[in-house]
Amino acid sequence: MRAEPSNPLEFARTRPIEGGEIMSDAERSTDERESSERSRDAGEFEPIQVFPEAEEMDLRPGADDCYKCSTCDTNCPVAEVDDEFPGPKFQGPEQWRLKRKDDHDVDESVMKCSNCMRCDSTCPSEVPLSQMHNTARGEYVEQNMSKFSREYLRNRILANYRRLAPLAAAFPRTANVVMGLSITRWLGEKTLGITSEREFPEFATETFREWWAKRNGSNVSNPDKRVAYFHGCYANYNTPEVAKALVRVYERFGYEIVVPEQHCSGTPMFANGMLEDARRSAETNVRELASAIDDGADVVASCSSCSMSIRQEYPELFDVDGTGDVAANTWDAVEYLRVHEDLESALEGTSVGPEFDEFAYHAPCHARNQGLDGQTLEVLDVVEGVDVTDVGDSCSGISGTYGWKEENYETSMKIGEEMFEHMSEAGAAAGLTECPTCSMQMEHGTGYEITHTLEVLEAALVGPNAATEST
Amino acid sequence: MAIEDDVLVIGGGLAGAIAALSAADADRGARVRLVTYKQSTLRHASGLIDVLGYAPDGEGPLADPFPALEGLPRGHPYERVGIDAVREALDFFDGVVGDAYAGGHTDRNALVPTHGGTVKPTARYPTSAAAGLASDDRDGLLVGFETLPDFDAPLAAAHLEAAGVPFDCRGVTLRFPGIVRDDAKVTRYAHLLDRNERVGADALEEAAITTDGGEIGSRDALAAAVRDRLADETRVGFPAILGDERADEVRADLADALGVDVFEVPMGPPSLPGIRLEEMLYDALEAAGVRVTSGVPVVDYETSAGGSDRIARVVVDRHGAEIPHRAEQYVLATGGLVGKGIEADRERFVEQIFDCHVPHADDRYDWFVDDVFGEQPYARFGLAPDHELRPLDANGDPEFANLRAAGAVLGGYDYAAEKSGAGVSIATGYVTGTRAAEESG
Repeated sequence: MRAEPSNPLEFARTRPIEGGEIMSDAERSTDERESSERSRDAGEFEPIQVFPEAEEMDLRPGADDCYKCSTCDTNCPVAEVDDEFPGPKFQGPEQWRLKRKDDHDVDESVMKCSNCMRCDSTCPSEVPLSQMHNTARGEYVEQNMSKFSREYLRNRILANYRRLAPLAAAFPRTANVVMGLSITRWLGEKTLGITSEREFPEFATETFREWWAKRNGSNVSNPDKRVAYFHGCYANYNTPEVAKALVRVYERFGYEIVVPEQHCSGTPMFANGMLEDARRSAETNVRELASAIDDGADVVASCSSCSMSIRQEYPELFDVDGTGDVAANTWDAVEYLRVHEDLESALEGTSVGPEFDEFAYHAPCHARNQGLDGQTLEVLDVVEGVDVTDVGDSCSGISGTYGWKEENYETSMKIGEEMFEHMSEAGAAAGLTECPTCSMQMEHGTGYEITHTLEVLEAALVGPNAATEST
Repeated sequence: MAIEDDVLVIGGGLAGAIAALSAADADRGARVRLVTYKQSTLRHASGLIDVLGYAPDGEGPLADPFPALEGLPRGHPYERVGIDAVREALDFFDGVVGDAYAGGHTDRNALVPTHGGTVKPTARYPTSAAAGLASDDRDGLLVGFETLPDFDAPLAAAHLEAAGVPFDCRGVTLRFPGIVRDDAKVTRYAHLLDRNERVGADALEEAAITTDGGEIGSRDALAAAVRDRLADETRVGFPAILGDERADEVRADLADALGVDVFEVPMGPPSLPGIRLEEMLYDALEAAGVRVTSGVPVVDYETSAGGSDRIARVVVDRHGAEIPHRAEQYVLATGGLVGKGIEADRERFVEQIFDCHVPHADDRYDWFVDDVFGEQPYARFGLAPDHELRPLDANGDPEFANLRAAGAVLGGYDYAAEKSGAGVSIATGYVTGTRAAEESG
């Protein structure tokens, strides 16, 4: 019933990029346009195909669609606190144009973009801003950042947290002690430029995957209701209680859960311009998730940045077979239940204990961009004994690895100031969010303990009995 | 399982927000959801609430819009809803924004100076602009900043004087203490003042201010920079960047420090007064219990079984996942050609979600006239509704029994020429929201 999209971007958005390179056919396009105008008879006008059909990723329609209203700039949390940052309009369409003749490098300010992606969902003209930023950042790191610099090394380590995490997870107690030492944090700042202001997240003594293996996987077998769980790194190594909550809630609704092999979603790699690392992760994830989908599963994720990455960044940046299918079948874990079950009726009349009394809720930017910003409040509205206050639409400021960098720490905290204030005004003494690094920032700025929405749902739907299962 | 509500409003601009607020109001107990895709054109908007500045024949500026409303042609959105509804809607708007807006004490239009130095007739204006009215005969100083070229204060002042305002007006251009870059965002200026960030010695020197301590708050620094340039004027106008969350406080501090009234001159996009209005509306939506889903488009719809003319549900696209949303009543407030509720190709104008009929000439050369500022037919293209604001098909029958349309997606008026954009959005938003809630029960 819908009218055909008249926006050429809808075409471009579905086209993959190869090797992170931007197609440069625009000179040809201009010539063709000029010659067609010359040959046109006065008074007669027949439309022609002005631009050849792109075979590869073409960011030109994105640049051309920008009508310079600057709505994106007014939403950029970095530009609001730092006038040295030229904002998303520059980083995207303007920089793309400046670089057309290859006589400019990507401006180093692209590394100050935190990849919160807020500009994406604000542009009234559907310019794919974060796609342009990711591409520019990848190019900057590839061509302008020394592979021997401290910054590159530090960013590579932060972006590939997943590769270090298994080490820490193998010796979690030792790792937690060492990472917590002030000397470690001091060294981290002096040698690597990782801020000493923050405490490293604690590693769980048993990862989710270890628990899952010990438990012998799913308690439910159901070929008609099957989900593949993309837990990501954080729920595996640091907060397995979130992953376990997902398992118990889904089993309560009769789902068979599979936990495929998986790499990092790629979010920290995009944010650091490590597109090749991200591509490798995407290849593994797409292959494994596509195979689960073939077996009748839909994919669910508990981390809003993981689902964002699979749903939007993979199709925008990579040409991996099956990406579109995986993206279209990946869901936020709560959203999936809402659409496939009568979650509201199931929650009617449920209650939770006093430990879940009052929450200050922060909607992560990457959840906001998926249209999920109101979801948690709506879903928990019917649960007895829980009172959730939304702390507004400001960004937490940490944006994954961004706020971990010494040079960004101050900016990160300035951005977070509004959220911290609203959290303390909310009258709750605990926080609620779906993003691991937002929760780090919320805790860092207020000292509150932070819970994931799935944990509250677990308490409401499964109850305290859940704790009696091997934890 | 669809996401279920009684009333679903599609579009999050002024019309959509007012529709959702009206539907949620009045103890009807309706569960209301607002789904909005990208951010609305409120970010481009001056924040002024005009009802009618010029009659469709060009007569104006109108001192009082209401007598002129009676003479509007059939099909104009105001003619569709009737003058009483326009008044009720404005009362409703006044209730939503409270003290943040002025002008409700009279039917007459106020004359507000713009950043180009013209004078705009408008029914309501933000209180931040109140001390700047052109009908006020006090002399004024306009202050512009080197790094904000959109507001050339000396030029705007000269324009105002040339337009015959009843006061002397002077403009000066300063450096803004604490802003280094030429292209700092308006939100950066606002944040600096909101937070009263400390401004370092460099900035003070550049702004030619001397202090004892070397570092002062940005509000004091700005006042100090202006103080030396002030002569006998009793009011000072700034471009509309004086704070966001704490704009009232910023203005009051500047007024105290300078000993004069302080006002803002509404600016072009991106516009803080538009952003503040948007924030006010969304706070009101939250307070009214309206559920807001943002950042995702409605892409499709289904009618009830058996070829019914009722919309059964719409489909929201969340990055590839199709999420059904079901309601009893729907309001379409997706905007016009700028907001992209309607798009044009070489053949036709298309309403993007329901493909509602958009009346227009078949030959595209009849869509426009050569005089750019002439009466452009395309400016009036949009949905043609009945008196209930249900969009009509080519035969003059409602497209759907449970769909109404509000705001710039409607045709029959030229908001840019008439200065009627905000008023039409508020009036039609109010009527659609109220009717939708009444019928959903």
